[in-house]
Amino acid sequence: MRNETKPHAQKNNLRNQFLLDWSLRFYVILIFVFVFAPIVFSVIFSFNSARFPTIPLESFTLKWYETIWADPDVWEAFRNSIIVSVSTALIATTLGFCTAYTDYRYRFRFKSAYLALVLLPPTIPLIIMALAMLAWFSKIGASGQLWSVIIAHSVLTAPFAMAIIRLRLNQMNKDLESAAWNLGASEWRAMREVVFPFCKPAILSALFLTAAVSFDEFAIAWFVSGLNKTVPVLILEIVQGNIDPQVNAIGTIVFLVSMTLVMIAQVFFFLRQNRTSN
Amino acid sequence: MTSRDPLTHQVANKPTRKLFDSFALSWRLPIIVWQTLFFLGPLIFMVAMSFFLVKNYRMQEAFEFVNWSKMFSRNYFWDSYFLTFTLATLSTAIASLLAFPASFALAFKVSPAVRRWALFLLIIPFFTSYLVRIFSWYVILAESGALNALLDTFGLGPYTMLNTKFGTLVGYMTLTLPLVVVLQTFALSNIDRNLVQAAHNLGCSPFRSIYAVIMPLAKTGLIVAALFCFILSFGDFVSPYYLGGSKPPTLPILIIDTTKSGQQWPRAAVVAVVMMVTLITIAFAALALAYRTRASR
Repeated sequence: MRNETKPHAQKNNLRNQFLLDWSLRFYVILIFVFVFAPIVFSVIFSFNSARFPTIPLESFTLKWYETIWADPDVWEAFRNSIIVSVSTALIATTLGFCTAYTDYRYRFRFKSAYLALVLLPPTIPLIIMALAMLAWFSKIGASGQLWSVIIAHSVLTAPFAMAIIRLRLNQMNKDLESAAWNLGASEWRAMREVVFPFCKPAILSALFLTAAVSFDEFAIAWFVSGLNKTVPVLILEIVQGNIDPQVNAIGTIVFLVSMTLVMIAQVFFFLRQNRTSN
Repeated sequence: MTSRDPLTHQVANKPTRKLFDSFALSWRLPIIVWQTLFFLGPLIFMVAMSFFLVKNYRMQEAFEFVNWSKMFSRNYFWDSYFLTFTLATLSTAIASLLAFPASFALAFKVSPAVRRWALFLLIIPFFTSYLVRIFSWYVILAESGALNALLDTFGLGPYTMLNTKFGTLVGYMTLTLPLVVVLQTFALSNIDRNLVQAAHNLGCSPFRSIYAVIMPLAKTGLIVAALFCFILSFGDFVSPYYLGGSKPPTLPILIIDTTKSGQQWPRAAVVAVVMMVTLITIAFAALALAYRTRASR
């Protein structure tokens, strides 16, 4: 490219470029190894018979899965977690949809304050939200309930739902809704038959993502849930005791659940883009 | 209402601006009510709580500065504060540096398909059980853990990695690195390639073009990524507790200790308010830096 480079210098340059490119690629792989090592490790050692997980591996076993299968506390925690994450997903996505539509269609005074109110919760450290929620819920006499966790998680996850649905609305032609009004549809009917169907993939994506976030959240759940432990709270309490390989087994199941949820959420999110480009 | 093309203005059914628009309000109000009750309410109450009194293990509503003066006069509070601040700053610097080459490669050196897949994969861990990943690190980094066993086969170690700052930072990286790479990659991908190519054509070396062209152009995104990293590290209690040994405790651990064992909610609220003020200050400073227009040279 450069004007006055000599042939051999150019060759040197190319070789350096080649080396640089490949060491960068190798570096990216190292980062991925670091990010996914703990996940892979947990899965492998959930099938390892040694009490203390180290290498070399001992024999293959399902012992830890049998232990947790027989443990009523684990069942209880999974039941609680499912109730919490399903309810949270429904509430947060509903709130997120309302907000996204408002932001898409309306301009009004104090709109930036409105948006700040909606979008700020995820930027506040969870431990602070946990303390604030604990104090507030005991003040209004609602602490230690499963639905206190649900309410807190909805506050936390609604912004994610709002963002996903808002991005989808960005791709909707404004005239689509006007066309429906012109053809005699009321605003409610246009919403039901035009806007809502258009947003469906994003709504599904938001449902799965908010469920995943709620399923994994432990700080607020730990402070607010009282005796109704969710899975992450149970893990937190087991881990405080000692190293127990059954955590790897529970952890593997948790990974499986939340990774599936996040991947489904992403697939719906990307599906949307592809369909629009067609 | 938004301006539409002239045709639609003549239609009878066009929604008009009303004093009381029930349709508009039914989309606007739910989140206002919800966040006021369960987001603003708790936060304001927490600030108020920092002035309450505790007598005979019961909280009394009051307006006293006892908790503030108690906390501010304790050395352990300031030790915690500076430790937490230092660790979060270190974490931000390390994560930004570690992430940059990877983000650079993902933005400039791979095909769009590879980039999409890489981002797809990196978003997964951000939403995936942080707690279990930290437990995993706990076992990997232990004295007789997997990493030391691996190093032993090379005749190295054993190293003490748990209950050290190194351990804490590994935990922080687990939490923040995927997010920082994702945000940096977005920032770098949005740069106009022609500008980079122009610098190259004008004889700018690759390293100089990173410093003089790419980083200034991606400044906002890079700073926002660093800001998120700082906020996450500053507020995390799991890594410093399980991997760092919590001696001395960081501020989030202090909140847990004073809340769970001491029943001293008002003092925990003091810590929380101090954290909030710190984070708000940092956030404004970072955003001012991020959006400052560069002085022309």
